[in-house]
Amino acid sequence: MARSTNGDSLKQLNHNGLKWDDSGKNGYHKKPAEQKHGAGNGVASRQNKQESFEQAPMYVAVCTYMGFGIVTLFGYFRDFLRAVGLEKCNLAQEREEQKDFVPLYQDFENFYTRNLYMRVRDNWNRPICSLPGPVFDLMERVSDDYNWTFRFTGRTIPNVINMGSYNYLGFAENNADFLKTVADKVQQYGAGVCSTRQEIGNLSIHEELEQLVANFLGVESAMTFGMGFATNSMNIPALVGKGCLILSDELNHTSLILGARLSGATIRVFKHNNMHSLEKMLKEAICCGQPRTHRAWRKILIMVEGIYSMEGSVVRLPEVIALKKKYKAHLYLDEAHSIGAVGATGRGVTELFNVNPADVDVMMGTFTKSFGASGGYIAGKKELVDYLRCHSHSAVYASAMSPPVTEQIIRAIKCIMGKDGTTEGIRRIRQLAENTRYFRARLKEMGFIIYGNDDSPVVPVLLYMPGKVVAFAREMLQRKIGVVVVGFPATPITEARARFCVSAAHTRAMLNQVLHHLNEVGDLLCLKFSRRKRPSSCSLSEETDVGLDS
Amino acid sequence: MNFKNFREYLSWLYFQYLLITGIYVLEPWEKSIFNSVLFSAIAMVVYTSYVFIPIHMRLALEFFHEIFGGQPESTMTLMN
Repeated sequence: MARSTNGDSLKQLNHNGLKWDDSGKNGYHKKPAEQKHGAGNGVASRQNKQESFEQAPMYVAVCTYMGFGIVTLFGYFRDFLRAVGLEKCNLAQEREEQKDFVPLYQDFENFYTRNLYMRVRDNWNRPICSLPGPVFDLMERVSDDYNWTFRFTGRTIPNVINMGSYNYLGFAENNADFLKTVADKVQQYGAGVCSTRQEIGNLSIHEELEQLVANFLGVESAMTFGMGFATNSMNIPALVGKGCLILSDELNHTSLILGARLSGATIRVFKHNNMHSLEKMLKEAICCGQPRTHRAWRKILIMVEGIYSMEGSVVRLPEVIALKKKYKAHLYLDEAHSIGAVGATGRGVTELFNVNPADVDVMMGTFTKSFGASGGYIAGKKELVDYLRCHSHSAVYASAMSPPVTEQIIRAIKCIMGKDGTTEGIRRIRQLAENTRYFRARLKEMGFIIYGNDDSPVVPVLLYMPGKVVAFAREMLQRKIGVVVVGFPATPITEARARFCVSAAHTRAMLNQVLHHLNEVGDLLCLKFSRRKRPSSCSLSEETDVGLDS
Repeated sequence: MNFKNFREYLSWLYFQYLLITGIYVLEPWEKSIFNSVLFSAIAMVVYTSYVFIPIHMRLALEFFHEIFGGQPESTMTLMN
C-alpha cells in the first residue's frame, strides 16, 4: 500500500469529499490528512480511504482500439463470406421465405456475438463440478471447430484455485458439522415451499430469518425475497412511480436500472461517486421541479450501491447522507457485495463509515455473496417493510425462499454475529480483511493497474486489450487458477479487466501461489502498465504486523 | 523473463505482436491473410523509400543550397 507523505502515521483521516472531486477521477491521487465530515455519531473514522483509478498510457488505448478495429474488419469479411455462401453459418439465421422481412440478426449486438464473442467463448460458462469453494474442479472441454461447439473429454481439472466466486466469507462449504442444521430443516420443512409468501408460503422459518436480519443490520424490520435480482427489479416499482425522480449512479447494476425503468419514474444519472454532480442535480430538481408542469417532485430517491462490483469502489456514504438530509431526498442503498464483506463486524458500509443505519431509508442486500445462499432482503423502518409486504410484486407473486436456503442464511448470520457460540464469524471477517489488504498491496507492488477502494474484496485488474484478455484467462487456467475476465459490453470498451474476488477461505499459501502465477503471466503478456512509484517490499511487511482497522 | 535462446525471444515478440494487434483471437488462415497483407504493405513502403528517398534528399539539399549558399557566389562574380 502506498505510504502517506507524513510517513509516521499509518492511519489517515478521511478527506473532505469536495476537494477530492476537484482533482478529477483520473490519475492516482492521495488524500492528505484532513478531518472527515462529522456524520453519524460525529466520531472521525480513522480509516485509510484511498480510491485510485489510474489511467493507462496512451499507447494502450490506441492498441485497444486498433485491436477491436482489426477484429471488426475480419468480422465484416466473415459475414461477407457467409452471405455469399462460401462458409456455413452456425448461428441462427432467418428462413429463406423471410429474407425480405425486417432483419433480425443484423444489429450490432448480434454482429458482436457472432464475430467476436464466439471466437473466444471458451473462457466463459466453464462447467464446474464441485462446490465453488476456495478450490474447485472444472470439467475439461475442448472445441474442434473454434468454439462453435464443445465436447467434454471426460476428465476434470482438479483443485483449481477459485478467484472468481463471490465467496467472501467462505460460507460455500460442505462441512457436515456446519450444515447439520440445514439438513434438519430439510427434514422438517421439505425442500420446496409451493406457494407465495402472501398465500400460504409464509413459514415460521421466514419470520425467524427476517427478525434475525433486522437485528443484524440494526434496523426496525426486514423482509426477504427468493431472488436477489428480483428484489431490486420488483420492489423499486412499488416504492416510486410516475411523478417521482430517481437519481441513480452511473455504474449501477442492471437490476437497479431495470427496477427504475419499470417504475415509470424519471431517471437522471449522476457521475460515478461524484458528489458535485449529485448536488447539482438535487438543486436543479428542487428548483425546477417536474419537466413541464414545474410542480414539486413527489419523491426524490437516490440509488447507490455499497460496493460497485465492476470497479471495486465504495460509495461515499457520509457525503450522500449529508446531501440527502440537506435536500430532503430518500436513499436506497444496495449492499449486494458489501454486506458481510466490509465493516469491522461485517455489517456493511454503514459500519465502515460509522453511520447510523436509520439514516438510510431503504437498505437492500443479497444473500448470494457473503452468506453462500440465494435471495435478497429489504430492511428499514417498520412502516416501509409492512407496505412492501402488501405491495411488492415479488412478495405477492414470487415463490417464497426455500427452507434449506433460509436455514443456511440463518446459520451464516448467527455465525457472523457470534450467536452460535464460536468466534468463527469474527475470525472469517478478520481473515477477509487481511487477505484483501495483502492481495491488493502485493498487486500494486507488482505494477498492475487496480481499481477501487483498498477495503473492497473485489479487485479488478485492468487488461485493456482484447487479445490480452483472452490470453490471460487461458494462461491462468493452464496454471490452475480460475479467473473471471470481463470485457465490452459489461465494461467500457477500452477497459477490459479481470475481476478477482478475495475470500476468507483462501489461505496465505493460496494467495501467494496466485500472486506468483500472476507475476509470471504479467511478465509474459506485458500487463504491468502502472506508472506509479512502487513502495519497497520492506514497507509491506511492516503493514502486515499492524492490527486491522477495527 | 529468461530466454534460453534467441529463437524463444523472437517467438515471444511474435506473441506480443499477436496480442497487441488483436490477431490472437482469429483463426490461423485469417492470421496468415493479415500477416501477408501487412508484410506486403511494409515491403512496398521499404521499396518505395529505397527508390525515392536518395533522389528526394539530393533535390532538397540542392534547393536549400541554392537559396542560402548561392547568394555570396553571385555577388562575388558581379564584383569581379
